[in-house]
Amino acid sequence: MPDVIQIKAFGMIAEAIGSDSLEIENPGTSLALKKQLEAQFPGLKSMKFSLAVDKKMIQEDTDISQGKEIALLPPFSGG
Amino acid sequence: MDRFERQVILPGFGPEGQGKLKQSSVLVIGAGGLGCPVLLYLAAAGVGKIGVVDGDVVSLSNLNRQVLFGEKDLRKNKAETAVRYFQDKYSDIQWEIFPEFITVENAQELILGYDLVIDGSDNFPTRYLVNDACVLMEKPLVFGAIYQHEGQVSVFNHGPNSCNYRDLYPQMPSAKEIPNCSETGVLGVLPGIIGNLMALESIKVLSGFGKPLKNKVLFFNSLTSQTYEVEISANSDSKSSIPETWKDFEQMDYELACEGIKQLSWNEAMKLMGHDVAFVDVREPGELPPLECTGLMKVPFSTLSSQLDRFEDAEEVLFFCQSGIRSQKAAQQLQQVYPDKKIFSIRGGINALKS
Repeated sequence: MPDVIQIKAFGMIAEAIGSDSLEIENPGTSLALKKQLEAQFPGLKSMKFSLAVDKKMIQEDTDISQGKEIALLPPFSGG
Repeated sequence: MDRFERQVILPGFGPEGQGKLKQSSVLVIGAGGLGCPVLLYLAAAGVGKIGVVDGDVVSLSNLNRQVLFGEKDLRKNKAETAVRYFQDKYSDIQWEIFPEFITVENAQELILGYDLVIDGSDNFPTRYLVNDACVLMEKPLVFGAIYQHEGQVSVFNHGPNSCNYRDLYPQMPSAKEIPNCSETGVLGVLPGIIGNLMALESIKVLSGFGKPLKNKVLFFNSLTSQTYEVEISANSDSKSSIPETWKDFEQMDYELACEGIKQLSWNEAMKLMGHDVAFVDVREPGELPPLECTGLMKVPFSTLSSQLDRFEDAEEVLFFCQSGIRSQKAAQQLQQVYPDKKIFSIRGGINALKS
């Protein structure tokens, strides 16, 4: 089985990526994932967002294992 | 029978739940797209005391989602207009009107007398300010925000070991990064749904009925009708970025921290006026009311980038527009060209001057 992970994107992040979900090869850690996404979608560099692995927010660099779902969660300000 | 009969007979809620709502007080920050549905349902549910904070006035483009207001309310203050609507409707609620924006100066006084704060504001500086004030005062905070077709809802600071907004978003974003609905558009139903979720979370916190979204954030997408719930965990930096005392809090400049641009009230702006200060209207021709005074520069926002050299001699620049958003962008744009100049934006724009 290939080592892939699912990405779920919200708000501005989904716009920058052009989709609200995608499947990618697992880069191994959350930091590596962020770097890879920023290289692929340069619009992400100027955006701040939080990350969740299997619906649990992570606060520091975290190992990602096969099949995990990673959510990219930007803040919203509107009201 | 009373007007709460249908919720009093609800198993698990009962007269106890109703009694708790009656004894409770909530402060609603922002009577806009989120604040309107929050107020409609909390007033209908019988919360005993409700305070409404909003310094903005009703404009025509608000009416697709700010359902408390009608065509006859244009240019009226939102907090006053909302409360008058409810005073006509229900006789059993105590109301407090605060026709002003929440700031580091008034936050403590505004929040002090309330059991719960509800943030329905529309900008990042206010959201961080309200969060920090609630942490300082140990008040629970019901949070909701929208972006285009999506919304997020959470309950912060609710009892021990409770996360807050800075755990969810430790780094303060700028408005430039994430536009709001006056720039990207919004279907009125979305803030209606998110505002109703906020009202629901508020009722849970106040009555103890059900499980509030403590340490959880719920995302909702109106185009797919999907929800996504994420568990929030404490961030080690979050504590240190929140001011420790009210004195520290009052020294904070949330707008500057978020945007890199300082915002001034009209009063503060008037004091600054002088011959080295460029006073600039960035509204487009035809926007009302016109403002005429000596030395006023008119540089429509759409033409700003081609007129940047007009600011070469000014030491300080004061921008204003209709509501304070374009002027902030103008200030950011100019600051990039002239990093050494002192550049300000007037909070709330002409709307704030009118009210």
